[in-house]
Amino acid sequence: MNISGLLAQLFAIVMALFLAPLLTGWVGQCRAWLQSRTAPPLLQPYYMLHKLFHKDVVLAHGASSLFRVAPFVVFGCMVLACAIVPTLSTDLPFAPAADTIALVGVFGLARVFISLAAMDIGTSFGSLGGRREMLVGFLAEPALLMVIFTTAMISQSTSVATIVETLAHREFAIYPSLAFAGIAFTFVSLAENARVPVDNPATHLELTMIHEAMILEYSGRHLALIEWAASLKLYAYSCLGLALFFPWGVAAGDSFPAMLAAIPLLLLKLSIGGFLLAVIETVNAKMRIFRAPEFLGTAFLLAVLGLLVRLLLETRV
Amino acid sequence: MPTLLPIDTLLIAVCAWLAVGLAGLVAPRNTRFIAKTLFPAGALVGMLVGFVSLGSLGAAPETAVLAIGLPDLPFHLRLDSLTAIFGVLLGFISVGISIFAAGYFREGEGTAPGLLCLEYHAFLASMLMVLLADDAYAFMVAWESMALASFFLVTTNHQHAEIRRAGYLYLLIAHVGAISILLSFGVMTANSGDYTFSGMRGQHLSSFWASAAYLLALFGFGAKAGLVPVHVWLPEAHPAAPSPVSAMMSGVMLKTAIYGLLRVSFDLLGSPIWWWGVVALGVGLVTALFGVLYSTVQSDMKRLLAYSSIENIGLIAVGIGLTLIFHSYRMEALAALAMTAVLYHCLAHAGFKSLLFLCTGSVLHATKERSLGKLGGLIHRMPWVAWLALAGVIASAGLPPLSGFISEWLLLQAFLFSPGLPHPWLNMIVPVAAALVVLVAALAGFAMVKFYGIIFLGQMREESLKDAHDAGWWERAGLIWLALITLCLGIFPSSVILRIDAATRQLLGTGLSERMADHGWWMLAPISVERASYQPLVFLAVIVASVLLGRQLVHHLYHGRTRRSAAWDCGYFFQGPRAQDTAEGFSQPIRRIFEPMFRLTRHFPTARDTQPYYSVKVEDHFWHWLYLPLARLVGGISGLITLLQGGRIAIYLLYSFITLILLLLVARP
Repeated sequence: MNISGLLAQLFAIVMALFLAPLLTGWVGQCRAWLQSRTAPPLLQPYYMLHKLFHKDVVLAHGASSLFRVAPFVVFGCMVLACAIVPTLSTDLPFAPAADTIALVGVFGLARVFISLAAMDIGTSFGSLGGRREMLVGFLAEPALLMVIFTTAMISQSTSVATIVETLAHREFAIYPSLAFAGIAFTFVSLAENARVPVDNPATHLELTMIHEAMILEYSGRHLALIEWAASLKLYAYSCLGLALFFPWGVAAGDSFPAMLAAIPLLLLKLSIGGFLLAVIETVNAKMRIFRAPEFLGTAFLLAVLGLLVRLLLETRV
Repeated sequence: MPTLLPIDTLLIAVCAWLAVGLAGLVAPRNTRFIAKTLFPAGALVGMLVGFVSLGSLGAAPETAVLAIGLPDLPFHLRLDSLTAIFGVLLGFISVGISIFAAGYFREGEGTAPGLLCLEYHAFLASMLMVLLADDAYAFMVAWESMALASFFLVTTNHQHAEIRRAGYLYLLIAHVGAISILLSFGVMTANSGDYTFSGMRGQHLSSFWASAAYLLALFGFGAKAGLVPVHVWLPEAHPAAPSPVSAMMSGVMLKTAIYGLLRVSFDLLGSPIWWWGVVALGVGLVTALFGVLYSTVQSDMKRLLAYSSIENIGLIAVGIGLTLIFHSYRMEALAALAMTAVLYHCLAHAGFKSLLFLCTGSVLHATKERSLGKLGGLIHRMPWVAWLALAGVIASAGLPPLSGFISEWLLLQAFLFSPGLPHPWLNMIVPVAAALVVLVAALAGFAMVKFYGIIFLGQMREESLKDAHDAGWWERAGLIWLALITLCLGIFPSSVILRIDAATRQLLGTGLSERMADHGWWMLAPISVERASYQPLVFLAVIVASVLLGRQLVHHLYHGRTRRSAAWDCGYFFQGPRAQDTAEGFSQPIRRIFEPMFRLTRHFPTARDTQPYYSVKVEDHFWHWLYLPLARLVGGISGLITLLQGGRIAIYLLYSFITLILLLLVARP
């Protein structure tokens, strides 16, 4: 681990911190255009974060210390996730710190903390949101791991960096297993990031909300951190999806010129991805909470199919 | 001067535990002496056992013969690496539990403290003897002493009928299992009359008899460990026992059954057959899924943990099955990986499950409540217990950076690199099994959030909880010790695996240490860095750094002002603690999605009820499908036997007469 490697790692993290709200803003803007509304400015999430950081925190009387710690932990988990997922380069010092399974573990840790914090005040909405989040979590997590297993079997590794290198530098061939895995990954990302059709980040309609129900009691800097963490999660998932399924263009070393060269391509891929997300959110309606198991069950089956296709048909490739 | 070998030290420890136990009989009612002197002394002995076992990992096996028992059948004892790794577990986990127990046992709770002290230490001593035994006779004597000691501990509060019933069920299943183990040993001696384990290793059984011995052992040890369908005693006995005893049973005693299974299937029975592994894998998967689903729907905190133990034992069985499959195909590197996962999960589960059971003990003493529906908000009154329980909860949910994640990670790695098995449909089953393991792990997270959230978070559901007090210093010390074990197992996996490796190497002939040696202690990379790696310390450091840095920056750049106000009540003023989710409410999604898995009895209120109530009761299918028919069958057969017993002496004389005539006819020269 040398100094330039550390600097490159730091650069990747800082870029994630500043790009993530931009991605959220871009998705919001696309969504507004597609729904013929007046679009909010691209920088809207930054304005919101700035405003929230300025406000006082209003804590409920029953809030415990866990409630106050949770936003920081969730934020820390998401920073770590962004540090692990290769965005610009595959050769960063933190890459061996956690492989894809550990990455799923990081998301799991954040989810447990936010659900516990939701139950902390003891309002009916909080625990409702907490249990729904855990419901989505235990349905999505196996599907996500199955997707990861498929890619791991192709590259004979669970390390994200190795997977990306293998997939990016392979001969161009269409893997049917990757197609299945890609669809499953899209489903899981929608659910995990609280997007339509599983959840709607723009609603506060009591009976349908999941993520918003959990953070109802948060305010001020805590809320800002949670919102920022949510953007980071979307960013991490997008980058993970790009890394697994469209890995071309990620630099192999930790040299700054190579990383800077990778930025425009990353921005292009992210903006296309964000636009597609807005399209999905526009053409779908939010479904009932108990349709979510079917939705995520489909994702799980697709992922398992991908794995079996890999094992049965592609073992000689 | 003769040197003191480690095995002698362990025997001295057995005697010391028994002596500490007997000392309790000197003053059976003197709670202060027993709690503050004898239990800490027991903890010291546990520390000795832990360190001696740790030191003898990887050393050459030592044997000893004790001239006690029957005239021609002395006790054979042996200390090898497999014994040592479970000795480490027993020693270090018992330290935490004994220290906790020093603050836990009070006067006026069932059995006199002196007697309880004897039973507790006899339990510890017999578990150590089970690990040391090197012949079937010594093993069964120790095994039965362990079952009996734990039976008396379970029935500490024997004045309650349901506790007596739970104890009876436990004893019954323990003995059914013991018979099966005895038969398994019988098969393995193969009529040679040699009951020592070294004699059994020398036998070359035909594949039929070897399979019979394996299946009998799987059933017998499975009954002690809690594999489906012989798991039913666990959720009854654990809530019945005092919490340190539940912790000991769940954390340590279940692992002695795992030890027995490993000893028989890898050590005594030489070369396994591939389908043994499939059987263990299948039973393990069913057990794990069953355990975790039932643990999510429980309303009693100790039953929830008991079902979670069933789940973890299932995961361990899955690992054993995978090891057997790889070992039978001579894929030793993968077998070593799976075996490491098994042993690691034994250690990890022992740590976090005893921690959680002890926490329920503190909650029980502080609130007198075991039902989740009457707890809540205890983090305000019991911050020590709450924060230490959080460590157990995160480990139990299999999340980084604590211990449960490491074993799960190792197990998944073993699954992931399995392609290449020479059996086509095994190749397909294994990934599906991996998918189920992941589902189990994710559901465990749900159960643990429910456990923690409902006990410690939210508003207090009952007025009386306001008087709850935090655990005393003895209890805290015990909890801190176990939480530290959980943390260290999570943060220093490489160092732990290098030690476990001695046992893996003994059973499989190969280990992970060659491939891991060159990476350094902070890096866990069981195969190679390119394939998979995990650095828990970096992991933890990044999260802690971003938490601290984030806090500092926010406070520095903006401000740290905080106001208190009432929670948002949606404009509806009449929201009390009752508006929170109950334990039943929290698990409603699980009941709905997995409805066929449960036997549900529900009562729904109608619109016109003047006093509406809702109730739901979840029962185990196995009771109704397996145990009750079996009990009826046994009852019916016993009923037939009563036909012979007329109760009149003339009839019995007639029986004797007929028997005599028959014998004369048969035994004619």
